[in-house]
Amino acid sequence: MATETEAYLGKTDYKVIGTRPIRHDGADKVTGRAIYGADVTLSGLLHGKVLRSPHGHARIISIDTSKAAAHPGVKSVITVDDFEMPEDKIRELGEGAANLRHLRSNVLADGKTLYHGHAVAAIAAVDANTAEEALDLIEIEYEVLEAVLDTRRAMEDGAPLVDENQTTQSLGEKTDKKSNVSTHFQHKLGDSAKAFESADIIVEREFDTATVHQGYIEPHNGTAHWKSDGHVTVWCSTQGSFPVREQVSQLLMLPVSKVKVIPTEIGGGFGGKIRVYLEPLAAMLSKKTGHPVKMVMSRTEVIQATGPTAGSHIRCKMGVTKEGKLVAAEAYMAYESGGFPGGWAAPGSMCIFAPYDIENVTIDGFEVLVNKPQTMAYRAPGATNAAFASETVIDEICEKLEMDPIAFRLQNAAKEGTRRADGPVFPRIGNVETLKDAQSSDHYKSKKGKHVGRGVASGFWFNVGLKSSASASVNTDGTVSLVEGSTDIGGSRTSIAMQLAEVLGIPAESVNPSVVDTDSVGYTDVTGGSRTTFATGWAAYEAANDIKAQMSGRAAKIWEISEDDVQFDDGVFASKSDPEKKLTFKELAGKLDDTGGPIVGRAAVEPQGVGGAFATMIVDVEVDTDTGKVEILRATLSQDAGKAIHPSYVEGQMQGGVAQGIGWALNEEYFYNERGELANSSLLDYRMPTALDLPMIEARIVEVPNPGHPYGVRGVGEVPIVPPPAAVANAIYDAIGVRLQILPMSPAKVLAALWSKDGKGKA
Amino acid sequence: MAKTHVTTTLNGEETEFLCEPRQTLLEILRDDLNLTGSKEGCGNGNCGACSVMLNGRVVDSCLVLAVETEGAEVTTIEGIATPEGLHPLQQKFLEHAALQCGICTPGFIVAAKALLEKEAHPTEERIRLWLAGNLCRCTGYDKIIRAVQDAAETMEKA
Repeated sequence: MATETEAYLGKTDYKVIGTRPIRHDGADKVTGRAIYGADVTLSGLLHGKVLRSPHGHARIISIDTSKAAAHPGVKSVITVDDFEMPEDKIRELGEGAANLRHLRSNVLADGKTLYHGHAVAAIAAVDANTAEEALDLIEIEYEVLEAVLDTRRAMEDGAPLVDENQTTQSLGEKTDKKSNVSTHFQHKLGDSAKAFESADIIVEREFDTATVHQGYIEPHNGTAHWKSDGHVTVWCSTQGSFPVREQVSQLLMLPVSKVKVIPTEIGGGFGGKIRVYLEPLAAMLSKKTGHPVKMVMSRTEVIQATGPTAGSHIRCKMGVTKEGKLVAAEAYMAYESGGFPGGWAAPGSMCIFAPYDIENVTIDGFEVLVNKPQTMAYRAPGATNAAFASETVIDEICEKLEMDPIAFRLQNAAKEGTRRADGPVFPRIGNVETLKDAQSSDHYKSKKGKHVGRGVASGFWFNVGLKSSASASVNTDGTVSLVEGSTDIGGSRTSIAMQLAEVLGIPAESVNPSVVDTDSVGYTDVTGGSRTTFATGWAAYEAANDIKAQMSGRAAKIWEISEDDVQFDDGVFASKSDPEKKLTFKELAGKLDDTGGPIVGRAAVEPQGVGGAFATMIVDVEVDTDTGKVEILRATLSQDAGKAIHPSYVEGQMQGGVAQGIGWALNEEYFYNERGELANSSLLDYRMPTALDLPMIEARIVEVPNPGHPYGVRGVGEVPIVPPPAAVANAIYDAIGVRLQILPMSPAKVLAALWSKDGKGKA
Repeated sequence: MAKTHVTTTLNGEETEFLCEPRQTLLEILRDDLNLTGSKEGCGNGNCGACSVMLNGRVVDSCLVLAVETEGAEVTTIEGIATPEGLHPLQQKFLEHAALQCGICTPGFIVAAKALLEKEAHPTEERIRLWLAGNLCRCTGYDKIIRAVQDAAETMEKA
């Protein structure tokens, strides 16, 4: 007998799923009415500002806050000493984890500042300008230390230590070796060394990728009120209100029940708005002053001290037979953690060879401390760097084999049953279908223009499930008010509401979804890991089924029949034995008051059946060989969504991911001088793509339903950023015959590569 | 710091406020006049999230001192919809899913409206050039450009 899941997966005649309703929060967002974090205001509000280290790496000899504290209008000045030392433990945040002691030393430096922009002290004053003025009155004596800024230098013996107490955890064992390497791990499948002997062609290359920022347009913010009853309320724009509650309560030594987080609308996150920065400071300043305190970062602070994602150094070696079968692969992946230990090589290692069925793989991963901000998730964290390496090597192999790059990928494609190097065996995945879709696209079949290069690359992201809750109350007019805890960054209110509407046979517009605070809904993990439409959508689906069951009971009561005799189909409750007895959802909703009162459905889920996502990109570029500038002429992404609940917002995720990937490929990077001072902390100098830099981006949705979700959803947010840098690099090679192995492939790097090919020195 | 008295026409209404000489128009709009639809993304004119119309020109309100608006006409995102409904651009942004997080959306709508008032039939390239001062990190611009193109057609028919 087919399970309910299989029955749904076979279903194609959805009424709501797959349509494109206008998002529920849309009118507020196009009229400027939606309230984001920086828009919050409260009576008696004070404003906080942060003093940050001007040095890349320095010891704090002394801090004197007395002059700042005496400045007119200043109400309080705090340093790390105002925060007790928490237990030495780690809290999972959904995407990444926080060691509480590191979190404390990141929100305010403890003894040393580990990167340019590291927070040292915070001030609350009557207004933001007064607080800013008073920052200049804080006197700090630093001993400037040598900064270490990339993994190669950081891993050398005798390199300056970012943390003098850091030792390496190597292959699961603690060691005593003092090092900037916090972790070395290895994945081993088969015997790669031996298998390389059977390869006819082996390509081994070395890659570097720059530190890049998530680049959300809304700066971080946090407002807190420590009330006289000891309860703390926090307003902020975050990807996860519950993870903020957890972090704030731990740093303030409060039980979670005393912290309420009210999530505002959020202006982008991409993985960067999960860890707290300002919220604990605002709360402590509020405790000291008795007033609510609001803090908002400047753009410079955002770039200097939040995010970014890991720069990396990767070596990638792959071997293939002359028939085109991949037989062995090895990777060395060293990723920057920033000033505190991190873990982005780990997810990168799960993705680097995932699109391929290779029986012999060895991957060594290294998480490395450097004097940069503590790195954070950025859309498929670790995977974009990894794919830049592996997908460029694959392209070179295809060239040597004289094989079509998609045909080669199809021949070696991972499919259901393929084991990934880090262990898991793939369930039903859409890798092959995605490749075939790309192969059949007009773009791929089109003839290239003169001087145009075309590149192809694939990518994988595993997606996550985690925990979500929802409740939904039936209104007597036949609508449903849906309450959920996933902050809505890209239309997820609607994609979640649509799953509830589908179950109940009502239009999406008949659901009023609200994202509420941590006291008003059950625990819900971050909006991240491509999990929101998958997991919170599942919670809404379960809540709807709960409503359906309760409503069936009411129908049975009204008709004085057994509940077993009630069926629900297409939005209509009916008696199986007496077809005359039927009520639409709306009609029955109108009778709730007389049949036992309100109905509230609820669900809390932790789904396990996460479905990984694959994407393949085709890109055409033109390269100006005089200036080195690369122009993106045409871009197409085929991606397996499992099931696209709201296709417009799936396309939006794909197009947005591709745009960010192109920025990463061509322009974006952190420029540090040798002292570790960041030179480009503005949006003029940190160059993200503008409308003029990009063409239309064709988003081709492939649907291979995920058997682990009632509607087949996989999650779509992250994988689209994975292929672009490699696809662009392969297109540049096709255009001008040079392989770029460094990101970004900015004009200077392209010219340098061209000159080195031509045997010319620098002009 | 002594404050200066300023009178402007704001979204069609004569409006008075007091400001310090160092305060930007964006600060006054958001903090004093409670018009928080204009957003601060960078504070130095690179992102366009604070775009408003000042005497018929699109400006970054973070780069305009509030005292400069004496006698000026200012239109913000809050002044674009009417009691009759949304402006065609706002409607098309919704229909085309041209926003994700929505933080850049007010700036884009203000800037795009200024373009369509100048030029009824801008090409895709022209729209991209005009909007190059407004950064969006979510959408890749595709759906924004389509929404502006569709709004142009709708406004022409109206």
